[in-house]
Amino acid sequence: MTRIINIRPKRGTRLLLGLAPIAIILLAYMLVSEARHAANPVDKVLPTFGAMADAALRLATMPDPATGQILLVADTMASLSRLGTGLAIATVTSLILGLMLGIVPMARAIAGPVVTIIAVIPPIAILPILFIALGLGETSKIALIAIGIAPYMTRDLAAQVSGLPVEQYLKAQTLGANSWQLAIRVALPQLMPRLIESLRFSIGPAWVFLIAAEAVASDVGLGYRIFLVRRYLAMDIILPYVAWISLLAIVADVLLLRISRKAFPWAHGDAR
Amino acid sequence: MSALLSFRNVWVEYGEKIVLERVTLDIEEGAFVSVVGPSGAGKSTFLRLILGQEAPSRGELLLDDAPLRSECNPDRGVVFQRYSVFPHLTVLGNVLFGIECGGAPLTARLFGERRREAVAQATEMLEAVGLAHSLDAYPAQLSGGMQQRLAIAQALVKHPRILLLDEPFGALDPGIRLDMHALVTRLWQEQGLTIVMVTHDIHEAFKLSTRVLAFDKRRHDPHAPHRFGSTATYDVPLERKTRAMREAAIPAELLPDDPDILQEEEQK
Repeated sequence: MTRIINIRPKRGTRLLLGLAPIAIILLAYMLVSEARHAANPVDKVLPTFGAMADAALRLATMPDPATGQILLVADTMASLSRLGTGLAIATVTSLILGLMLGIVPMARAIAGPVVTIIAVIPPIAILPILFIALGLGETSKIALIAIGIAPYMTRDLAAQVSGLPVEQYLKAQTLGANSWQLAIRVALPQLMPRLIESLRFSIGPAWVFLIAAEAVASDVGLGYRIFLVRRYLAMDIILPYVAWISLLAIVADVLLLRISRKAFPWAHGDAR
Repeated sequence: MSALLSFRNVWVEYGEKIVLERVTLDIEEGAFVSVVGPSGAGKSTFLRLILGQEAPSRGELLLDDAPLRSECNPDRGVVFQRYSVFPHLTVLGNVLFGIECGGAPLTARLFGERRREAVAQATEMLEAVGLAHSLDAYPAQLSGGMQQRLAIAQALVKHPRILLLDEPFGALDPGIRLDMHALVTRLWQEQGLTIVMVTHDIHEAFKLSTRVLAFDKRRHDPHAPHRFGSTATYDVPLERKTRAMREAAIPAELLPDDPDILQEEEQK
């Protein structure tokens, strides 16, 4: 008999197998939800798909009477701009720091321990400090995201740079490269695919920090909204919001992977 | 002094452990020196000294009668067994790199007329190693032999005083290896190179070089084997392969008697 480790599903089968658990989860939800609604027609804990679609449509098309804005759009824009700014700051910082830490032994001696210490501090624990120091506005939320992921990315990138074969550094020097040329022509380009990968891994934690910051102090944003409507047990809003956040995260991930494959074909084995 | 490179009583010690001791020898310009010896006999250390990756703990190295600084520089080119080429650069980009580093200190990139000149120079070098047909390929798309050809072209475009080869053909198939022997011999003749090659393959050493250095421990203390270092125990000049007779590549049958002795040494 063929061993189970050697049975490889074909493309179509794989798709079907992957969809099956998702379909089962949705179906189970539907059944339980219907059962609860049969017992109590105004049940709020497990809203029907119809109720969720209504709520989502309302949030996505109808302006909010208080502000005149469409809530889903306003929340998405606010959250994405915070997330984007935080990620951008973290990316640039970690790229420069990681490159220096990886290449220059002196820089590693000076900054290595500090980065390690900062990296072990749980970022949420310093959220109060950020609120006190930077106020309750955008700055503190962006700072939390940046401080939350920059140390991880820095260490990841520094490890990648110092992990390049020593032969490459020696070869570059025999070809007349000075330290700067070595950094920008040998280390930096080989760091870029890893930078994107590191960023992809960091988007998950970045959302956590964003939603935490928005939950504590904000007046607009995806995280703010779900924590706000929680008071009214509005699961018909929370669940579509969670789905929307997940969709945004998936799109960002796919986009980054596409960019990396397109820009750095040598790093993905596509060329092989 | 006519020697290109001189070792003057060179020692390499790591704390208690002595790797090389009392290495004193001269390497002439135009020589093709092979370095053989058992594993751990300091062949690679010898090469790293010339490369500048390591400094002697005693004694000194002279290049053109000037003390050699222990840092890699363009006057010594190198081809390693692996990782010699940059995976993120195309074949042409890999060879251009050296020219660009010399020509543009800040950006390490050339533009316009200077770039055209550099491309012409790099292409010519790639033609010499037989890679003119895959200028735009990435190293991962090349076979092992082609990658080593690229690594050689990349090093030679800087016209190094000495070309160092560290087990350059060790990872290649036998057939490809023969092609590479022919290539290296031709480049050495045409461009008047000085080559120092470390190899495990004793036949390769005697086939290609004008001089074979065998490294081993001259003395051995069974209670403290690390207290004696290696040195050049055999220094065999191959008279048959003087400059005048370079053209005639010596086939394996013409190997002198020494290899057998050396091979036994290696098998120990």
